[in-house]
Amino acid sequence: MLSHWLYIGVFILVALFLPAAAISIAAILAPKKPNALKDTTYECGMETVGPSWAQFKVQYYVYPLFFLIFDVEAVLLFPWAVAYNQLALYGVIEAIIFVLILLGGLIYAWRKGALEWR
Amino acid sequence: MTFWSDPFTVVQQWFNNLLATIGFGPIGVRIVGMLVGIVILAVGPMLFTIFLIWVERKVISRIQDRIGPNRVGPFGLFQPFADMVKIFIKEHITPRGADWLPYNLAPVLAVAAVLMVWAVIPFTVTFFGVDLNVGVLFIIAVGSLGEMGIILAGWGSNNKYALLAMFRSVAQLISYEIPLVLCSLVPVMLAGSLNLNDIVKAQEPWFIVTAPATAIIFFIVSLAEIGRAPFDLAEAESEIVSGFNIEYSGLKFGMFYVAEFLHTFTVALIFATLFLGGWRGPGAEQYPILGFVYYFIKVGVVYFLLMLVDGTLPRLRIDQMMNLNWKTLTPISLAVLVVFPLVDKLMAGSPTWLRVLALAGSNLLVLVIGERIGTRRLARAPAEVGSRDRPVARPENVLSQPDSGAR
Repeated sequence: MLSHWLYIGVFILVALFLPAAAISIAAILAPKKPNALKDTTYECGMETVGPSWAQFKVQYYVYPLFFLIFDVEAVLLFPWAVAYNQLALYGVIEAIIFVLILLGGLIYAWRKGALEWR
Repeated sequence: MTFWSDPFTVVQQWFNNLLATIGFGPIGVRIVGMLVGIVILAVGPMLFTIFLIWVERKVISRIQDRIGPNRVGPFGLFQPFADMVKIFIKEHITPRGADWLPYNLAPVLAVAAVLMVWAVIPFTVTFFGVDLNVGVLFIIAVGSLGEMGIILAGWGSNNKYALLAMFRSVAQLISYEIPLVLCSLVPVMLAGSLNLNDIVKAQEPWFIVTAPATAIIFFIVSLAEIGRAPFDLAEAESEIVSGFNIEYSGLKFGMFYVAEFLHTFTVALIFATLFLGGWRGPGAEQYPILGFVYYFIKVGVVYFLLMLVDGTLPRLRIDQMMNLNWKTLTPISLAVLVVFPLVDKLMAGSPTWLRVLALAGSNLLVLVIGERIGTRRLARAPAEVGSRDRPVARPENVLSQPDSGAR
């Protein structure tokens, strides 16, 4: 068991190292001739106005909230799915009630108009 | 076990014996063997990407009535190598005000997130990186790391357009992750395990037969997760500046493309493992090399389908895309999670073929009903984007303008 996670850990390090090494080699091979005009922010030839941390739609904030709800739900459902074959009808119905509550929440948000992209 | 029936195990044993004769102890053999295996399993996909780029360009060219690369080498096979050499010696331009660590970490993380999935994929009954007991969860967790790379790229670039494109991309990816997670619950339920090897072994018949609707939704969501057409609006090359990777150049830019191509293939790997029976096939248990061939035929079919959809479908608008996810795919996935276990438990005593038939039927029924409801709702309320009082260049608007600044 421990050796599995050791394998995963080493694999993560190697997976991070490979692209980093490729980029480092390319950075050595590539020419380096920066100048002030070349390093400006690319906006199709227009000069940048104001700070680059622009305002954004509030909708981008609402979707992650839903994502959080459903992701936590998925975390709760995965153990249930693994134990599913040993469960009787009763355990299944409990999970179904749980999913139905979430479906109700989704429909509530839908009726409130939180899912509309305007 | 001869070489031709299972080359992977034979090569591994030969290598271990070689290490032992050189003078490593048993622990040393294990550690060095593991390291070499990891490096091979991680470098392999990176090199394989070069071939994938060639395949993709050829297929997309044929769809668009072109020939594609055909000058460099036979059938243009060496074209990606030439491109790779070119991109290696391109200058790395760092924009002024870029945040060094996020800016440079983003391309690395984008590639690493895709590579890590290969650690748990079972290629044959004997050839896999690690037999992890939480494989499905690992794939989902690592998939989210790719979004982290996009966030860092948009944040670190010091560019408004990169930031906005990052918001669009991440909104798309995290939205489509929910049906992805919900759909991957169904194979886990059927197999009773998160281990990918166990899921492959439990597919009797394939899960695409038992749960066709789930497989279809998983395929659509995979398309969105890799940002291909019809879901490529976050980086629509022909319409807006390139997206979150606008400020990248040289190999840093190339790494995002490597990540994209590799992600497409990896998604095909995951789909074939979860729904198409992985390496299963006649004789795959005795002759693992056959399982390898079966697996790559299945993956090839899925990959070709992905390219076909990418090359032929028009692009969606962002509101259509979000509606498709939140108002069609997510409710259908949840409804499947309600109906599927109920039918399964009610059919518990019946023979396998009847149970599979009932499961597949109920699954498709949910999809059809959900799709009907969704389509009718769309037909009833045509969506309108943007505000109504936006100034529009129409003749009466132009003519009715008071010419205040004229003189």
